[in-house]
Amino acid sequence: MQDFIQHIINGISLGSIYALIALGYTMVYGILKMINFAHADVYMIGAFVAYYAARLMGLETSPGVFTLILLLVVAMFFCSLLGLTIERFAYRPLRKAPKLNILITAIGVSLFLQYSAQVVFGADPKVFPEVMNDFVLFSIGAIEIKSFDVTVLIVSVLAMLALQFLIFKTKLGKAMRAVSANSSVASLMGVNPDKIIAFTFVVGSCLAAIGSILVGMKYPKIDPLMGMMIGMKAFVAAVLGGIGNVGGAVLGALIMGLSEEMVVAYISSTYRDAFAFGILIVILIFRPAGILGKYTVEKV
Amino acid sequence: MKRLLVSLLVVLPLLSGCTKKTNEILIGEYDSLTGSDATFGLSTNKGVRMAFDEVNDAGGIKGKKLSLITLDDQGKNEEAAAAVTRLITQNNVVAIIGGVASGRSKAAAPIAQSHKIPFVSPASTNPDVTKIGDHVFRVCFIDPFQGFVMAKFATENLKIKKVAILRDVKNDYSVGLADVFNTEFKKSGGEIVADLSYQAGDIDFKAQLTQIRSKNPEAIYVPGYYTEVGLIAQQARQLGIKAPLMGGDGWDSEKLFEIGKQAINGSYYSNHYTTESTDPAVTEFVKKFKAKYNETPDALAALGYDAAKILIAALERSADLSSKSIRDELAKTKDFGGVTGKITLNENRDATKSAVVIQVDGNARKYMTTITP
Repeated sequence: MQDFIQHIINGISLGSIYALIALGYTMVYGILKMINFAHADVYMIGAFVAYYAARLMGLETSPGVFTLILLLVVAMFFCSLLGLTIERFAYRPLRKAPKLNILITAIGVSLFLQYSAQVVFGADPKVFPEVMNDFVLFSIGAIEIKSFDVTVLIVSVLAMLALQFLIFKTKLGKAMRAVSANSSVASLMGVNPDKIIAFTFVVGSCLAAIGSILVGMKYPKIDPLMGMMIGMKAFVAAVLGGIGNVGGAVLGALIMGLSEEMVVAYISSTYRDAFAFGILIVILIFRPAGILGKYTVEKV
Repeated sequence: MKRLLVSLLVVLPLLSGCTKKTNEILIGEYDSLTGSDATFGLSTNKGVRMAFDEVNDAGGIKGKKLSLITLDDQGKNEEAAAAVTRLITQNNVVAIIGGVASGRSKAAAPIAQSHKIPFVSPASTNPDVTKIGDHVFRVCFIDPFQGFVMAKFATENLKIKKVAILRDVKNDYSVGLADVFNTEFKKSGGEIVADLSYQAGDIDFKAQLTQIRSKNPEAIYVPGYYTEVGLIAQQARQLGIKAPLMGGDGWDSEKLFEIGKQAINGSYYSNHYTTESTDPAVTEFVKKFKAKYNETPDALAALGYDAAKILIAALERSADLSSKSIRDELAKTKDFGGVTGKITLNENRDATKSAVVIQVDGNARKYMTTITP
């Protein structure tokens, strides 16, 4: 029983990391109806930006909330710039092109970032600096709840709530929903779709930056290919929850984290990734729109 | 026109003859200079270069200088195979110093074997590597021996009875060590309370470690590479597991402590040599290495150095510097006084030698004991 509860805690903490990255996929999809495969690599760059920032500013030896916030700000700034650049130079010129072209471009951008990062940062893994102290918040028997796990969970829930607020309670959010529904009509109503889309990329990239620092904190090994697997799984989580749906992304991510943990615990670690992608196939067969997604007929 | 053709036909063979008469012996090397286990390749390369520089400074072999061509395999099997093909077909090397990982040697050595070019691996410990053919050699001990060493150390020195195994299923090396440890430890009366697996590249090991925690082992055998082992150690301590970890030479990197921090302290691993040895061959090597690169040589640097030295000795004994005679001389290596011990290549072209057990103690390595076959 004790083990089971521990597995659930591990699963939720893994799932909340997937959630942060899944939110980025889901947002861009919601607005642009495209899958930004480069999102996971923006996340990877975020980790490296934080790593070098911490070294340059000499923050490696001073863990604390201040360090965390400072690194978050720096990483979010650079990731936003990167997100904007990708949108401006890789996706915007293809806005009117067929969906397939833009999908292939996204994969291209992703590979470009991965392999350029290997050249620039070197392919060997780096050790992420200690951003915060990890300590036991409270324990039930042998089960310990750690400050890291709670931080990750809180930050992803906060990010989700902030997103919900942004999308449903603000003018910008209204504009985003308008562009998502029909961007040419929205532009007739005085919304500038280019600006709204760029803004979406900024928000998505900021989420990726937050995710990268939380992952770096929890698993202090970063390398240029670190985005690949976690990005794929976050993407599956977004599809599972219903891509385009913010709540769905978080729900899907928690299901993914928990089921992975249970598969490793009770079946075998070899099935970990197979299971994750098995979920994707099953959900696409039985509920193509995802758990919380609405099924819409595409107009031709 | 005809005359031009004729003169070309006469001159061309002469030209190609010229290139063959260079005053250099070309030796190829491939290594993981980048990639997830890059420190292995970089260290090996430093050891090899040092041995070559020593020979060249002393005037070379038979009046010829040694020239080393190093290619990067990026830690990938297919790149290793491509590198060896290039070394043989384009650079025309007479011998190859292979890489570290057994998986990559298994991909690359068959190419050297089919071209009949001698291949010496400094640190590929998987038993199958030298089974590829009679041109494949190694200067390190093989995996079963490391599994045996740690099983013996656990029962005789640590006096423990319950051990859990956590192996990297994607990695031949890790599986090999884990299998032998499993049989040897049981043979000496111990109990394997859990035998779980992970995959290189994973970052979350909590599910496996939670299971291990419930079995209360006295030690956990994790024969993987340093990148994952560091994370495993941290997560084990986070779950409140106090038992020490045990491993093999795949742990030997400065990065192990950087990633594992305090969590890895007090854990044990088997290795090829230790800088704490008082053997003059070792102290001399460490002194020269520090003077040259300004760092302490790890086991892979020592193995790279020994591999190069054994190859150099074979080149010196070899009558005509052809690949065939180099191979034959390599096979005759006996009681070679290397940095990593006295090396004799047996009939399987494997080195028979002893291993040391080391305890991680911060950035230092505490020598525990030497175990002989």
